[in-house]
Amino acid sequence: MSESLYDRIGGEAAVSAAVETFYRKVLEDYRINRFFDGKDMETQLAKQKAFFTMAFGGPNNYTGKDMREAHAHLVKMGLDDSHFDAVMEHLGATMQELNVPNELIAEAAAIAEGARHDVLGK
Amino acid sequence: MPTITINGQTLHCPPQTSVLDILLNAGIAISYACKKGTCHSCLLKSLDIAPPPGSQTGLKDTQKAQGYFLACQCRPDENMVVQVPSHQDIYVDVAIAGKKMLNSQILELTLGFEQPFDFKAGQFVNLQRGDGLTRSYSIANPPRPDNTIQLHIRRLAGGKFSNWLHNEAQIGEKISVSKPQGTCYYLPDRPQQSLLMVATGSGLAPLAGILTDALAQGHTGPAYLFHGSREAEGLYLVEAMRELAAAYPNVNYFPCISGGTENPQYCSGRANDIAIATLSNLKNWRVYICGHPEMVSQFKKQAFLKGASLADIYTDPFLLSPS
Repeated sequence: MSESLYDRIGGEAAVSAAVETFYRKVLEDYRINRFFDGKDMETQLAKQKAFFTMAFGGPNNYTGKDMREAHAHLVKMGLDDSHFDAVMEHLGATMQELNVPNELIAEAAAIAEGARHDVLGK
Repeated sequence: MPTITINGQTLHCPPQTSVLDILLNAGIAISYACKKGTCHSCLLKSLDIAPPPGSQTGLKDTQKAQGYFLACQCRPDENMVVQVPSHQDIYVDVAIAGKKMLNSQILELTLGFEQPFDFKAGQFVNLQRGDGLTRSYSIANPPRPDNTIQLHIRRLAGGKFSNWLHNEAQIGEKISVSKPQGTCYYLPDRPQQSLLMVATGSGLAPLAGILTDALAQGHTGPAYLFHGSREAEGLYLVEAMRELAAAYPNVNYFPCISGGTENPQYCSGRANDIAIATLSNLKNWRVYICGHPEMVSQFKKQAFLKGASLADIYTDPFLLSPS
């Protein structure tokens, strides 16, 4: 069995390095920061970490139903494709900053893209 | 509906209601202060089942194993028999050794322990008066040979505990003190690391303690302390901090006033904003924030966006007791 994308990118250590960079970008992006501005930053960071782990094909327990339920209140706040696009933008930029090879970025982006319909409740 | 039994009395547990609220609603006297799981003053002990996991967050492993839990964080889904831990398990009685005003509102209270008391500057203790009234205060000094600790008690309008300490408590009077708690303190693992400390009001207590402790332990990295208040009268220990900054070239001290009056002796603006404007990048810094809860949460975000890792940010918002 070939090594998973998660392992090739660098596993848990890579995710931890990426997730704070990503969360800073998101918090500073006026288009989407209202969706991420929870009271407790540690909880928010843990959610971003779960998202990255999923995007990298790492061990996660997400199901499509979880994704829908977790984001339903954001859809009510107006979450749509433009916001999902912005998150994808930051995901790509974060990995570029960390010198992840382009072909691995493309793989991760494809996995994250697969969650679009569930996240947006479509 | 599950029940909770205490002192032979059995009470029903409505959904989403904490054990603390159930007991208080039933008129049962139990000490508490923050109602947020932070101060640990509503500690109870389960005599039969293992308490729900969320009700033991932050307790020591030894306490968890003995069935201790926090009443304010416990929403039982099965029947429980509990008891209030005995006073001696939690508190030690200590004499008030000194009272000194640091400014018009803040009292420096010195407590003298008879036995050595193991703590780190910046941790907090719960003080309990004879009638059970309990409040949390941070320790403003590192351990000393004379076994004293100093606390900064700000007088709050209508504050039962702070007014009692300010006006009535006498030198020599005994007060109950809990074991030290909290994780906001100096860690000597990286002596060259840059430290940033931002405090408002009596949030200076833990940070002055942490700074003194860091220097005593040979910290060589830069240390920046920003202390803010609305008016100059709200600041305190200004001369002591200036002397510290003069004695240690790595210490930088910024007293800040935000009320709008210009005074050449102080920085003009909020302490957190001045800190952000002064420092260009906080990557790899350790950050300590204590004071008004809104300032603490705002500055936590500001520091994170400036590059500090969330794991390196230590906070100690005032535990204002819900009255």
